Amino acid sequence: MCLAIPGKIVELLDTPGVKMAKVDFGGVFREACLEYLPEAGLGDYVMVHVGFAITKVDEEEAARTYQTLREMDQLADLEADELLEDPHEVP
Amino acid sequence: MKYLDEYRDQRLAATLVDEIRRTVTRPWTLMEVCGGQTHSIVKYGLDELLPVQVELVHGPGCPVCVTPLEMIDRAHAIARRPGVIFCSFGDMLRVPGSHGDLYQIKADGGDVRIVYSPLDCLKLARAHPQRPVVFFAIGFETTAPANAMSVWQARAQGLSNFSLLVSHVLVPPAIAAILESPRNRVQAFLGPGHVCAVMGWSEYEPLAERYRVPMVITGFEPIDLLEGILMAVRQCEQGRATVENQYARAVTREGNVEARKMIGRVFEVCDRAWRGIGVIPLSGYRLRPEFHAYDAERIFDIQNVHATEPEICISGQVLQGHKKPHDCPAFGTQCTPQTPLGATMVSAEGACAAYYNYGRHLAQVSR
Repeated sequence: MCLAIPGKIVELLDTPGVKMAKVDFGGVFREACLEYLPEAGLGDYVMVHVGFAITKVDEEEAARTYQTLREMDQLADLEADELLEDPHEVP
Repeated sequence: MKYLDEYRDQRLAATLVDEIRRTVTRPWTLMEVCGGQTHSIVKYGLDELLPVQVELVHGPGCPVCVTPLEMIDRAHAIARRPGVIFCSFGDMLRVPGSHGDLYQIKADGGDVRIVYSPLDCLKLARAHPQRPVVFFAIGFETTAPANAMSVWQARAQGLSNFSLLVSHVLVPPAIAAILESPRNRVQAFLGPGHVCAVMGWSEYEPLAERYRVPMVITGFEPIDLLEGILMAVRQCEQGRATVENQYARAVTREGNVEARKMIGRVFEVCDRAWRGIGVIPLSGYRLRPEFHAYDAERIFDIQNVHATEPEICISGQVLQGHKKPHDCPAFGTQCTPQTPLGATMVSAEGACAAYYNYGRHLAQVSR
């Protein structure tokens, strides 16, 4: 119910009264209300819940989180490589 | 799809599970608050990947689930009135009241419509000026700005045939009620990411401090959930109890200021009954007095509608983390998504329905 889906703003609509936009959800297009994100513009990724954009996806934060996790993954790989080496083997 | 696929990466998930395994030294019980999170956890089997010391119990954050049977009966009483166009989000239509569901009412000739957004109801109200258009406004803080906007716009556009049947609930008072219970088992919370996208997380800081319980605001994808669990377990192991934000790409401390302003203009906090739990003080929203003309409970005479719940159902204890779906003798036998007996089976986001839909009624899963 509280699910919000990330989508990209592809068109700002000229609607009277309420600020609306056309949003691309991976090929499915729906209208979303931008009244709560007046600063959102073309090309921005927004999280949409019941037809309302409630928050912008912070691209830097998204990249940072993902990078941190990737580094953790690489760290795990390093540790796994170390385990494969024979500690008694003389290099 | 961007911002979805990368958070479903199997290899990263395995890395996070390993890291949780390395971090944990003793048993911890964590609760994910939101029904959407419960659904993801069970769908991807994340709880079964975790080390045995980390137990997930499932919280009360499914608004369809916690809407009282009595309120559903009131909705049905309105939907059966001749001339009424009754609008709802799709997941409410299958929820049985004491006498059938909204699909049954539609089949019997009632005008029941599924809407994507509450703003769709305003289009209907404009197109049918002689007919009352009623929207079943359920949900947590995530949905409140949308529902508030519908009333605000109805007034601005002079639409007098539109009203809301309000059954809004709030997360922080429910968390406090769970922590106050003498039977509480929860030692850390995964906070509701999209509720906090609207409300921010400052309301959760006094809870973390007062009850000495870690809270990690968490997203909904497998990687989000596993990272949230790791952050919560780290806090538990280190003896810390603060609010941390895993879902930084969507949530800021102050939330959505414009949305919160609109909620405050249209709604006020009130006591609310939660299905399976009972009344929690100051745990919901109702329309402010200046919007009483848009309050379906005042427009339609439905105060005399009362309902009683089946006694066998343990959903209240499931919603508070005291029990799991398998602890119920009716789970998967008398009680299924087709014939739900209570709160946690009525919606796909309820813990019992999620367990059932992903086949957990077929094998005895111990946790």
